[in-house]
Amino acid sequence: MADQAVVTRAPLPAVTRESPAARVAWAVRSWWLAAAMWTRAIMSYRASFVMMLCANVVVTFLDFVVVILMFRHTDTLGGWTLPELGFLYGTSALALGLANLFVGSVDALGERIRTGTLDIMLVRPAPALAQLCAERFSLRRLGRPAQAAAVLLWSLTALDVHWTWDRVLLLPVLVVCGTLIFAAVFIGFASLQFWWGEAKEIQNSFTYGGATVLQYPPTVFAKELVAGTVFGIPLAFVNWLPALRILDRPDPLGLPTAFQYASPLAAALALAVAGLAWRAGLRAYRGAGG
Amino acid sequence: MQNAGLHPPDPVGDTPAPPRPRRPDAAPGRFAPDLLAALRLYAAVARGAFRRFATYRAASLAGAFTNTVFGLILASTFLALWHARPGLGGYDEVTAVTYIWVSQGLLVTVAVMGGGFQDDVQERFRSGDIAIDLYRPVDFQGWWLATDLGRAAFHLLARGVPPMLVGSLVFRVRLPEHPLTWVYFLLATVLAVVVSFGVRFLVSLTGFWLQDSEGVRSVTLVVSMFFSGMLLPLALFPGLLGDLAPLLPWAALVKVPTDVFLERVTGPGLLGALGFQLGWAVVLLAAGRLVQLLATRKVVVQGG
Repeated sequence: MADQAVVTRAPLPAVTRESPAARVAWAVRSWWLAAAMWTRAIMSYRASFVMMLCANVVVTFLDFVVVILMFRHTDTLGGWTLPELGFLYGTSALALGLANLFVGSVDALGERIRTGTLDIMLVRPAPALAQLCAERFSLRRLGRPAQAAAVLLWSLTALDVHWTWDRVLLLPVLVVCGTLIFAAVFIGFASLQFWWGEAKEIQNSFTYGGATVLQYPPTVFAKELVAGTVFGIPLAFVNWLPALRILDRPDPLGLPTAFQYASPLAAALALAVAGLAWRAGLRAYRGAGG
Repeated sequence: MQNAGLHPPDPVGDTPAPPRPRRPDAAPGRFAPDLLAALRLYAAVARGAFRRFATYRAASLAGAFTNTVFGLILASTFLALWHARPGLGGYDEVTAVTYIWVSQGLLVTVAVMGGGFQDDVQERFRSGDIAIDLYRPVDFQGWWLATDLGRAAFHLLARGVPPMLVGSLVFRVRLPEHPLTWVYFLLATVLAVVVSFGVRFLVSLTGFWLQDSEGVRSVTLVVSMFFSGMLLPLALFPGLLGDLAPLLPWAALVKVPTDVFLERVTGPGLLGALGFQLGWAVVLLAAGRLVQLLATRKVVVQGG
């Protein structure tokens, strides 16, 4: 018994001294273990899970039907065609859906602070953020990204893209960086709940609201809003800017071409800011008063 | 829980019941129905729900902010559409933008996305407290309807008015020309809440069979958003979809109140629209009652 306790505790001091890369690896591994645990739990009701996943995929198509219905009344929206909007919709919803799958549970932070269950996570030998993100992990959330991927594939077949090597490369970069940017937005705004426990809904403005903005062409919105997504919360880097390159469209803001390739940089910056916000919040947290 | 002061501990069981707390508003006994006392009780329940939601000030502020952001986003997309097709669906640019702001005000008030009492009921399924709710001396359906009406009244003020104010500052909106329209709009909103409650009550009751109604809820959320006209006015739906959508109960949630607000229905049309809501309200509440009866029998079978 005593031996075992020593064995399980042993890696902990080593981890805290490790390099940042090793700490990230440990966080990812913790997330993975917790997510796998939740998946096993949900898979014990396999039939219910499969039914719900299928229903989710079918039903989320209604979301894109709205865009199709708009295009029954017009050929272009803000100068963009239906397949082009399909591309924006697919990339935006795919990035948001994947981010929601991986870290979406973080928005329960305020609830955990209120009920005092965050303290339980803090004393476990795994990063609290990783645990929180994996909490109640459900593959049912795959429904939305699956539907978005289908729309994206359709748009790629319907579009006449002039594929050059940089455009081919931009597509996977766009999906990965878009997911990372939305993940940063999830975590960054969830961290607000350390100070403002009921502010859960604020983050919806920037996650779901942001994804809605990105489903439409930038030409639809006021220039101030578009500028805000470039220089403020870097949502434009999720799909707008790379899409301008891939679909060969003029930039309404007239930014340098370099911006269209800068998604990895924006994702790294966004993640850094979100990480700092999380750490600041955790430092300010004073426990549930136990 | 907010109902602690209203419900006496249940006297059924082996242990002797603790003394009942004194209450000025006596709950009606199950076998002595007193309409006035019952109404007073439900009014007290609704007031309690209103006050309960009113305590979450920061949440209300954050929510109103979110409604406003979504209003700004959707108004821009609608303007682009109506710019390309002026007069589409009988809306001009001003009424189309007004549609967005009214529907954003209704979103949480009539709980288009679900929620409200559903969150409480779901928690009570998880904890098993739902069994206690069922043999209380107050009607199960009536109790939750009263809390939902109280909640909706608060949300109309906190989540409906601020986005509308911001919207009318940033965009040109169309307010009702006839003062009485405000009254009709309020009536349509109350009926919309009742219809929405009827649907959500049925969804929540699936918890008796599925233990967790989360999956059903996530499916009804998308259906409700689509068929209520929250994402796009039903007048823009083509063909069969356009014929069918205005007949479904979800049309009572957003389509009818916005039609009333924008004075698209007047005179007999107005009466028809409110009658449509009332009809669905009655049908759904009756269906909910029936399912509740079945559910109660099931709970008894399981041994309470």
